[in-house]
Amino acid sequence: MSDDHADHDHADHHHPEPLSDVERRVRALESLMAEKGLVNEEFIDEMVQAYAHDIGPMNGAKVVARAWTDPDYRERLLAEDSTPAINELGFGGAEGAHMVVVANTPEVHNVVVCTLCSCYPWPVLGLPPTWYKSPPYRSRMVREPRVLLAEMGCEVPDDVEIRVWDSSAEVRYLVLPERPPGTDTLSEEELAALVTRDSMIGVARL
Amino acid sequence: MAGFGPVVVEPDEPVFHAPWEARVFGLTPLVMLTTGLGTPSFRHAIERIAPAHYLSSSYYEHWLTGAATLAVEAGVIDADELDARAGGFPLSRPVAHDPVPAHLAAPASSDPRFGVGSRVRVRNDHPAGHTRCPDYVRDRSGEVVRVDGGDPVPEIEAHLGRIERETTYCVRFTLSELWGDDGGVGDTLCIDLYERYLDEVP
Repeated sequence: MSDDHADHDHADHHHPEPLSDVERRVRALESLMAEKGLVNEEFIDEMVQAYAHDIGPMNGAKVVARAWTDPDYRERLLAEDSTPAINELGFGGAEGAHMVVVANTPEVHNVVVCTLCSCYPWPVLGLPPTWYKSPPYRSRMVREPRVLLAEMGCEVPDDVEIRVWDSSAEVRYLVLPERPPGTDTLSEEELAALVTRDSMIGVARL
Repeated sequence: MAGFGPVVVEPDEPVFHAPWEARVFGLTPLVMLTTGLGTPSFRHAIERIAPAHYLSSSYYEHWLTGAATLAVEAGVIDADELDARAGGFPLSRPVAHDPVPAHLAAPASSDPRFGVGSRVRVRNDHPAGHTRCPDYVRDRSGEVVRVDGGDPVPEIEAHLGRIERETTYCVRFTLSELWGDDGGVGDTLCIDLYERYLDEVP
């Protein structure tokens, strides 16, 4: 049995899966650019590592938890331009030059979409999930947000206004969810752990 | 477009699904750096992907196709070589003959024309090239809820290669204004629009 496995592994090593069409295209582009000295491995590695590990919804969760616990910070965050308040916590950069935070209230539920492409506040949420970039989400969230939110498991009460934000220009939007009841004794760190990516896009309520 | 069906959510989705996606994510900014082209050109290259190819390919394949198209159009790499090495490399379609009508390419006005509370209607323009004005708000009226400082006009940057800044407005529409009686009574939509997309509602 173990010999069979060894043979199998050995065979795999010498006959790797053939490249897919798209992989062949990436290799072609990459090799032509490399021959002209245009591929900077260090740059690519830094980009990929940053978004794979360091930049993600855990950043946005810290912003939300700070706003829940510090009324002065909340006020700065909900100013017309939220970027300086987000920068205070050390978050900024690509796709975050102008960020606006919109707060959920008992009367309004906010949800963010980019109908034209995939605009998303990278410094606080990282790179968007596939569904956010998909035609069904992009076309339906502006057409029938209440139906789509319910389908995605987010029931918004009938007397709460749904406010959709289509990020079509340079502003990138982040939703400030309402602080869940019964969390008065939690620390800022514990509160941050409750904040999900989906609640900051607006497709979930906490 | 409509009729796409349910939104499919992948639980615990990884940031990159395969090493090639990460390579494309890193290579694309290098293409833009090399060509000197900005986001509007890149977005337009993606918008020019043949519709059937666009809808049947993944997000990072859009990036790959857009980036390769820009590199070829800028003369950085050769389309035939690319095609030969990849065993076929479908690029985006060429830029339309007349991508930006004169009024969308006009110089930006220096002072904001509208203020918070202004009633505006989106112009019913249908340019052949790049725009950041989606179809569904055209010819609809809403209210300005925020005025933002100048951002580069995407039509001018993509098609004339110049940076020209213009005020953008966050405009709020009712869903019933956008979609009629079944549009979700009481629900609203806010979208950021460049000044040139807007007319005042008298």
